[in-house]
Amino acid sequence: MKHWGFKISKPRVLDFDTANLDAYNRLIEKVPSAHRCLMCGACTATCTANLHTEFNFRNCHLMFRRGQFDGLAEELDKCMLCGKCKLVCPRGVNTRAIIYNLRIVLSDLNYKKIES
Amino acid sequence: MNFHPFILPFAVGAIVLFVIIIYKYVSWIKNLDRKQKYFVNKNMFTFKTIQAIGEVIREALIHRNIYKKNPVLGYMHMSLAFGWFLLIVVGKIESSFYAGTFFEEPWLAIFFRYFAKEPHNYFMAAQFTFIMDFLLLVVLSGVFLAIMKRMRSKFLGMKKATRHSTFDRIALSALWWVFPLRLLAESITAAISGNGGFLTGSLGNLMSGLPVQALELPLWWAYSIVLFAFFVALPFSRYMHIPTEVVLIFLRKWGATAGEQYSGFSDIQINACSRCGICIDACQLNFAADINNVQSVYFIRDTRYGKLTDDIANNCLLCGRCTEACPVGIETTLIRQQLRNKAEIPGKHYYDYADTVDCESKPEVVYFAGCMSHLTPSIIISMKKIFEAAGVKYWFMDEEKGLCCGRPMRQQGFVQQSKDLISKNMRMIHSSGAKILVTSCPICYKSFRDEYVLEIPVFHHTEYIETLINSNKIKLHNSGKSIVYHDPCELGRGCNIYDSPREVLKKIGKLQTSELERENSLCCGGSLSNSVIDLATQTKIRDHGLEVLTESNPDILATACPLCKKSFVHGNKAIVQDIAEIVAVNIIAEKQSKKLQLTKNINEFEVNYK
Ligand code: SF4
Ligand code: SF4
Ligand code: SF4
Ligand code: SF4
Repeated sequence: MKHWGFKISKPRVLDFDTANLDAYNRLIEKVPSAHRCLMCGACTATCTANLHTEFNFRNCHLMFRRGQFDGLAEELDKCMLCGKCKLVCPRGVNTRAIIYNLRIVLSDLNYKKIES
Repeated sequence: MNFHPFILPFAVGAIVLFVIIIYKYVSWIKNLDRKQKYFVNKNMFTFKTIQAIGEVIREALIHRNIYKKNPVLGYMHMSLAFGWFLLIVVGKIESSFYAGTFFEEPWLAIFFRYFAKEPHNYFMAAQFTFIMDFLLLVVLSGVFLAIMKRMRSKFLGMKKATRHSTFDRIALSALWWVFPLRLLAESITAAISGNGGFLTGSLGNLMSGLPVQALELPLWWAYSIVLFAFFVALPFSRYMHIPTEVVLIFLRKWGATAGEQYSGFSDIQINACSRCGICIDACQLNFAADINNVQSVYFIRDTRYGKLTDDIANNCLLCGRCTEACPVGIETTLIRQQLRNKAEIPGKHYYDYADTVDCESKPEVVYFAGCMSHLTPSIIISMKKIFEAAGVKYWFMDEEKGLCCGRPMRQQGFVQQSKDLISKNMRMIHSSGAKILVTSCPICYKSFRDEYVLEIPVFHHTEYIETLINSNKIKLHNSGKSIVYHDPCELGRGCNIYDSPREVLKKIGKLQTSELERENSLCCGGSLSNSVIDLATQTKIRDHGLEVLTESNPDILATACPLCKKSFVHGNKAIVQDIAEIVAVNIIAEKQSKKLQLTKNINEFEVNYK
């Protein structure tokens, strides 16, 4: 288990004039449980991807909430959607649905549906 | 020649219908994927075609499957389909006898009574008239039931009837009118020329007081126009299922199955849906959670009309209950999976960060617990105990750092990512050189069976434990406890494993039945495939399931899936245990059993000695 979110982070300045906070509201529409997250980090502690690499869902969620999207798409690509995080979350946050929706929103590809 | 302008609407409608249908089928069949085409070509000229014809008669005409599920609904479909079919066939024979040739005008059979007014002296005229009237009566009874179903769906034992599109409405109204109008037109003509049977003749007698001459032509015109409306609306309405089901049955018999991507075969399947609504009643999202716009019938309809939204496609447990219930046998869950598919980036790899490990210990068995089992450590501990008790040399592949099997990704439509995980896992499995692969998670199991290319057989731990018991590698003592078994979706409906878990449980306790089991078993609500519903909805599904399962107050609620266990445990209604756990606590350890054997021998000796 590596770095599940409580190490000392680099200093970071959050500029509320440029940060896109609106995106988070759209996420909440799709996944209402997202706002219940208390950033405990249990999801990251159990994460399958986190066993192999520094992937931190709690952190991704926090960054998105703050409107910081840099590198988030590539980061989220590390997740395997295995669902462990969803099962351990003490607040009943549908973490998996958050990741799913963020992927679709953030990816360059936009994961368009294949035309049938 | 027997001609009157009122046949024109019918003729035009029939030609339009024919052209559209042929166009659609040709484009769909062209779009079959490679595997489907291969099987179709391979099996087209074999005995399978004859079997398909039999199935067409059983399912598309007699609707045996619907009949089995709901007799009244089945009768309705049968009377309409088979009745109409016979009306056409017998009508054609009759008109051929009448005309003295098989090549009479094609419309003659349809408007026969109008054209055949003179006293009848063709072969068996009276019998034909009787049969035709009888068939018309049968069809009319079906129409009556259909109207009743629309008005009060409960009448046919259905909780929910499906909603309609515009074309459906046109086609449906036309269908309701075709046969009553035919009855009226034939009866009026019977009143004029006396050529009716027991039904049309008697009705004609009743109507003889009316201005029959003036009514006759308008009625035949109306009959023809209604047929036109039905034919033209058919390809765009739910009634497209009538011809498409026949095509589906042939393709399926020849070996076509839903592949990884949406193809022409998927088109054929969704067009074969009759919107009977049986899948709505089967869906737990409907009856346990009151979600009423996502079931197979709706997502199929939305797909057909190009209106499918992500929220509908994703709001499904992929539990397979609707697939099991569907009388047409549409692969609803697989098609939904295809529709979730996302675009791929060629050449991109997602999990190169993973530390994969090779196995050097030359084990007999590779054990893959699966992500979910890591959340239920007691299952893993139990499996270890079982392996050890059986003296099996195993390699626990994902003990430290596992990767996901890839199925959750696949179900969400990320095929490329899923393949990436699969290839990594396959490499590890391969490196072990083991003879079998055992997994504790039905989700992984399904993936191993269907998506992986493995040279060794895959066992779910319930199957594996069964083989251990049968080969006497482990011995169990019977705890005498009452046990109800919950069939996990992926293991039961997904992989058809129903008996192994039950055989194992019978050795450990008193296995009880529950109301909904095997093919009808419920989903625990925890399914990963649904990325829309929230915890509260899942809880409703779980609680409903628990209620059904604990009806008989069993000592243990057994399951064979870590995810089901996780879901049910939180319901606090019963002691929930995985089969592996129950087995592990009831294992008679080898040494102890030797000791027992010895004691028994001494006892016997003493008895004999005395
Ligand atoms: S476990 Fe749940 S509450 Fe805790 S950080 Fe993760 S999502 Fe938030
Ligand atoms: S779903 Fe993704 S974030 Fe959650 S535990 Fe699995 S790999 Fe980690
Ligand atoms: S999917 Fe099957 S069960 Fe559902 S409406 Fe269509 S034919 Fe009926
Ligand atoms: S797979 Fe299950 S949840 Fe999905 S529509 Fe069918 S019955 Fe409902």
